[in-house]
Amino acid sequence: MTLAGILFVLGLISMLIRRNMIFMLLSVEIMLNAAGLAFIVASSHWAQPDGQVMFMFILSMAAAEVSVGLALVLQLYHQLKSLDSDEASRMKG
Amino acid sequence: MLFLIPALPFFSALVLILAGRSLNKAAVSVIACGSMGIAAAITLVLGLPFIQSGEHIIVQHLWTWMQAGSFSAGIDLRLDALSLAFVFVITFVGFLIHVYSTGYMAEDADYSRFFACMNLFVGAMLLLVLADNLLLLYFGWEGVGLCSYLLIGFWYKDPANGYAARKAFIVTRVGDTAMAIALFMLFQYTGTLQIQQILDQAPQLWAAGNSTIVLIAFLLLGGAVGKSAQLPLQTWLPDAMAGPTPVSALIHAATMVTAGVYLIARTHVLFELAPAAQTGVAVIGAVTLLLAGCSALVQTDIKRVLAYSTISQIGYMFLAWGVGAWSAAIFHLVTHAFFKALLFMGAGAVIVAMHHEQDMFKMGGLRKQLPAVFWVFLIGSASLSAIPFITSGFYSKDQIVWLAWSSVYGHTFYWIAAITGAFLTAMYTFRMVFLTFYGPKASHHTPHAPGNSMMIPLYILALCSTLAGFVELPHTMGHVTLFSDWLQHVLPAVQLQQESTALEWTSQLLAAGLTFLGIYIAWVWVIERPDGMLRFSQMPFMRWLRKLWFSGWAFDALYDEMLVHPFVRTARMNRRDMIDRIYTTLARITEWLHNILARTQSGLLRWYIMGVVLGAVVILSVLIWRVYV
Amino acid sequence: MGVFFYITAAIAVFSTAMVVTRFNIMHALLYLIVSLLSVAVIFYLYGAPYMASLEIIVYAGAIMVLIIFFVMMLNLGPESTRLEKQWLKPGMWMAPALFCVILLGELVYLIAQNHTPVTGIKEVTPKEVGRSLFGPYILAVELSAMLLMAGIVGAYHLGRQQPKTLHRFLQSKPS
Repeated sequence: MTLAGILFVLGLISMLIRRNMIFMLLSVEIMLNAAGLAFIVASSHWAQPDGQVMFMFILSMAAAEVSVGLALVLQLYHQLKSLDSDEASRMKG
Repeated sequence: MLFLIPALPFFSALVLILAGRSLNKAAVSVIACGSMGIAAAITLVLGLPFIQSGEHIIVQHLWTWMQAGSFSAGIDLRLDALSLAFVFVITFVGFLIHVYSTGYMAEDADYSRFFACMNLFVGAMLLLVLADNLLLLYFGWEGVGLCSYLLIGFWYKDPANGYAARKAFIVTRVGDTAMAIALFMLFQYTGTLQIQQILDQAPQLWAAGNSTIVLIAFLLLGGAVGKSAQLPLQTWLPDAMAGPTPVSALIHAATMVTAGVYLIARTHVLFELAPAAQTGVAVIGAVTLLLAGCSALVQTDIKRVLAYSTISQIGYMFLAWGVGAWSAAIFHLVTHAFFKALLFMGAGAVIVAMHHEQDMFKMGGLRKQLPAVFWVFLIGSASLSAIPFITSGFYSKDQIVWLAWSSVYGHTFYWIAAITGAFLTAMYTFRMVFLTFYGPKASHHTPHAPGNSMMIPLYILALCSTLAGFVELPHTMGHVTLFSDWLQHVLPAVQLQQESTALEWTSQLLAAGLTFLGIYIAWVWVIERPDGMLRFSQMPFMRWLRKLWFSGWAFDALYDEMLVHPFVRTARMNRRDMIDRIYTTLARITEWLHNILARTQSGLLRWYIMGVVLGAVVILSVLIWRVYV
Repeated sequence: MGVFFYITAAIAVFSTAMVVTRFNIMHALLYLIVSLLSVAVIFYLYGAPYMASLEIIVYAGAIMVLIIFFVMMLNLGPESTRLEKQWLKPGMWMAPALFCVILLGELVYLIAQNHTPVTGIKEVTPKEVGRSLFGPYILAVELSAMLLMAGIVGAYHLGRQQPKTLHRFLQSKPS
């Protein structure tokens, strides 16, 4: 469980400190993975299949997220010629 | 056929409003005067059966106006002896005033607007008088108020006229509100607004002197006081002189001020049940007639003199109500309508002749130049100041003076007030006559004599104001009681305390003597010793008194101080918007917060995540703090 | 198994840290694959072999390949690495990292507070997972299928290179 926490926080840090959008996607992956780890551990702890089911959902969701996210990044890259997430701040209030 | 009486003026007003611009003046005159003339003729036709006995009643249900639950108000008209007297005065005098106006207003640009308003005015007043339920009466009541506003402010280009119109409207509004409350209360207790039902039920519902009925009566009195320009709401009437003179004549003689009198007469049962209110009516009448008489003494504007005299005469009527002399009041109202219309129209003729000069001190010596106007004006003045035997004013006013004392509700105080009022009336009336028609010629204008359309109504009215008195003669002189007998079925006869012919003679002689004394003083004052009077009035106390009376006992100033100024101050304060400021501040704070928050929305994704992280930290910290520490 | 667990856990943490700190994106991706593999091992250790294989196939295989293809498509070279170095300054990442560490501390504290005795690792067989997936969770399965479908369509739509899809707000500036 602690490992899951550590991984999650590492992903979070990465998300925060990186400006490259691909890195941010990677850190989202890390965080999802950490959450999945927590589910698996809990599942085996209580000997219930629900945690693993949840992990499968996380997996499918991550797949969808990565595909859509990458497409978005691609589009942004074409628009902005950069992977800097700070560039994409034109909609600020 | 009854509905035609109010419908004709309304119809004419409608035509004039819609098509007034495309009609020439002759057509406008024909429509306006024609409708009034036909209405007057119908009144005469309908009134014929009434001559035999006052018992006759015509009720006409036109349609149901509104119905909600048990409440229903219809457009119901009712003609009985009382309303017939009023309708007769309104249509007849109104017709004469309309005819007169065609001459008076001949050169005015807004000819059709004037007649539209006049017709509407008369129509509303007729509706008021003919209404069978209080709601319709109130409708007419408000219509009269509206039209008075329109007509007083007729020459709207001068702001002073607009001010006078607003004042009339607002001051009467005070009374209207009181009356509306009275109507609500009546409806609450009796469940109906049909006048006859209320009058039938009232004696069973309330014992005499019951506080509820006293309150209702006082509220009704408030309404009447507002419309009839009695104390303490009399201040609008002198300012109402801003309107054209025929309007003044109409307001004073036929409509508007008589509305209050009518209201009290209509609901006299309620007043009889409320002795306190009845006393109030009498006291208000007595005080008003004295105050207004004093004010009339020192006015310089001929129309203002007449205005104050109207207030004073209505005061007589109120006094008569107060002592239970119902028919005497109506009688005085009818004669007053004749001679006051006569006086106003005579004054109007003088004013036109003097090129719209209203200051009496700038007139003078008009007797030779306008002999016809002088004679009719003299007849009117004689009637107003109640010169014995030959004028109608004498018979009607004398009856009130006598009954003020001898009636069951009478009191010596009332009698003294009435007889002093008679003295004052004679004095100010003849001061006006002398100033206007006698003395040196004060003006360089060459007056031009008014035309026939103005003079013929004056002759008719002069005739009426002389003859109308003979339908009702006092005990001492023939004892003719046609009028009061006629009204007996609607209004109860006066109950006398004592019947003493000797005392009545004394009272009449005293009144007559005082009248002549008043005329003599006026003669001395104006013609014989103007210098002496001038010196007398320059004495400090007299100067102060003069100023006080001139301003109508400074009621305007009092109201200004008491009501207008605080109101204006509050309004000023509100213009800076105390309450609004709270909301503005709220809005500002919101805007400020918005700006702060908008700055956080930098578009930088990392900041958002940072926010999420911080939130998570805070939530977890709180959780740990609450659960484990 | 304790030793195995700690070794793989250490590898996972280390490689994830390396992912976070790498400047070259390819290096970071390779480290991420290592990290995912070690997590898969941990899954296996916790009695979820099916999940472990799924992790390897889908995460380490499919998703990573997708990202790698993507990076190659964008043709990011040493230029971007230099940029990354430039962006990643200590002053920038100190404060967020600090907060995250606090968060981690709290999480660990909360986990440590849970005094339920460790009953040992119980294996959950793929059969059980399958039963519950197509039993009570059938609706969720349908939903995730929908999600994947939406992901495919969305990715296709967004990935099309059409100048026309420029947002109208962005059109004013030449891109």
